[in-house]
Amino acid sequence: MTPVIVILAYLAIIAVIGSIAFKKSREDTEDFFLASRSIGSLVFFLSLFATNMTAFAILGSSGQAYRQGIGIYGLMASSSCFVIPLTIFFIGTRLWALGKKFGYQTQVAFFRDRWECNHIGTVIFALSAAMLVPYMIISIMGGGTVLANLSTSSATHQPLIPYAWGCAVVAVVVTLNVFLGGMRGTVWVNILQTTLFLCFGAVAVAVISSQLPLGFSHYMNDLAADPKTRFLVTREKMPPQVFWSYTLIPLSSIMFPHMAIMCFSARRVSAFKQTVVAYPLAILAIWLPCVFLGVLGAATLGKIPDPDGVLLQMLQKYAPAWLAGVLGAGIISAVMGSDAHQVLALSTMFTKDVFAHYGGHEKFGERRSVHFARGFIVVVTVIAYLVALSLKEKQGIFEIAVRYAFSGFAALSPVMVAALFWRRSTKWGALAATLFVAGFLVWTALMQTSHKPGDVLWQLGEGKEAIKVFFLNPRGDVAFWNGFMTVAPMVLGSTVCVILFSLLTPPPGPATLARYFNTSPSYAST
Amino acid sequence: MKKILLFLLIVAVYVAHQDFWNWRQAEPMIFGFLPIGLAYHAAYSILAAALMAVLVACAWPKHLEDRDKSSK
Repeated sequence: MTPVIVILAYLAIIAVIGSIAFKKSREDTEDFFLASRSIGSLVFFLSLFATNMTAFAILGSSGQAYRQGIGIYGLMASSSCFVIPLTIFFIGTRLWALGKKFGYQTQVAFFRDRWECNHIGTVIFALSAAMLVPYMIISIMGGGTVLANLSTSSATHQPLIPYAWGCAVVAVVVTLNVFLGGMRGTVWVNILQTTLFLCFGAVAVAVISSQLPLGFSHYMNDLAADPKTRFLVTREKMPPQVFWSYTLIPLSSIMFPHMAIMCFSARRVSAFKQTVVAYPLAILAIWLPCVFLGVLGAATLGKIPDPDGVLLQMLQKYAPAWLAGVLGAGIISAVMGSDAHQVLALSTMFTKDVFAHYGGHEKFGERRSVHFARGFIVVVTVIAYLVALSLKEKQGIFEIAVRYAFSGFAALSPVMVAALFWRRSTKWGALAATLFVAGFLVWTALMQTSHKPGDVLWQLGEGKEAIKVFFLNPRGDVAFWNGFMTVAPMVLGSTVCVILFSLLTPPPGPATLARYFNTSPSYAST
Repeated sequence: MKKILLFLLIVAVYVAHQDFWNWRQAEPMIFGFLPIGLAYHAAYSILAAALMAVLVACAWPKHLEDRDKSSK
């Protein structure tokens, strides 16, 4: 009961913050979607981090560590420590500057101007929205699951907050926060949320270590000494091809619409300075304790039916009830921080890239556009909630879709790089890359549903010399070239498409190029 | 020259992520409980932060700060 009270109190605080932000808001889209581009350095860092960290950073990381061992940290966390700040440094700062100069509120608005295109921007919008929606749905599902797990009574084994109610609570609080406060309400809440889940790991490690009957070193050395569990403290079962492929996945981060839109919201470009330096340290603060505790769970809890719940089980076993509640609020923070930004990003994209672009803004004006955005937030959250309820048993489908989304957004990053840094890039190059990514994702989905693990889809040569170009790995995922993840050929193919089709087609007009590259209008003819 | 050095630094940090020499090692356990593969990547995260600090100090896109003036 105590954890439930703590979590409900936390949710109430979030709703109140949203209503205070509402009082500060103005009825125009730049204020609603970007808080009038006024976010200061510290809040920008906390909010950008909350945008990108989902419940996976806490529950998924520990669950994967329980299954696969310490390699998960290098696979997912330290690769992000390297790639994400670099993309924010090189791409995020440029997006911010373009937003400030030309008033962009979405990536698609920039692409449309940069490449003098209209419907091609809509194609990029459609693919981005299609990849973002499953992510939003799974956030609500995750919230419902976490609330149900945290409120499960050890005596009756029944949740005090059932899954359906948990999803509803998360959906309502996120909707209230975003509906009322827009970007301002969302980032204010992020201050509390990020602080909570940044503290989560250290507090959880301290509490659990104080309650364990033996020291950490005892359990870790036991795992290392047993040949059956040694893989948990090494990477001997982790294919190097997969480890390398994962360094491409964080390229997706800056391409997620909610991350790119956050970059438009900073007051000054200097806000990026502290952010890029602090970002790897914040990842370290969350992921290291969670991965460590996940491995420790394998040593202390033995076999458990739901590995993603390993951390919750350890908290219930080793932490006092009130502290389990506070830590649970930390987990819910991670869920809702990113979910709120996803909902807001979808609303921003639909309002600016579709509604306003196709005449809605001219017809109805700024004030009505904000009303449209608010209406859209309610509709999209209600739909996401209904999907989360009706497809609860098929959560795996959404998890797969989210995995596709990470590869898909990573493979769209060459489009952004070309738009920002390559003058000769064209809208046809962007379209070719976007269609290639969409086509590859559809093909991957079809192959994974029509073939079984181990099937070879395309092979070069015969016998022991054969190279499996595409095949299904034991998990049932399409793999490339003897074991690389599909993100590798996707990024490569997308890059080739941008370059090839850009070189084959005429560049944008000189005036457009001059706007973005400070070149003389005669550039294009040279 | 500075650009080349910074580029090489980024490449070096990227290469350092592929620590194949720790692949099958659990020992030494750093502080007695942190397997070397995990401790290495924890240290790598700090290295990544240091890399970003160097980039901010030496390769900051100052021309973008012009936009700041209008917002001060």
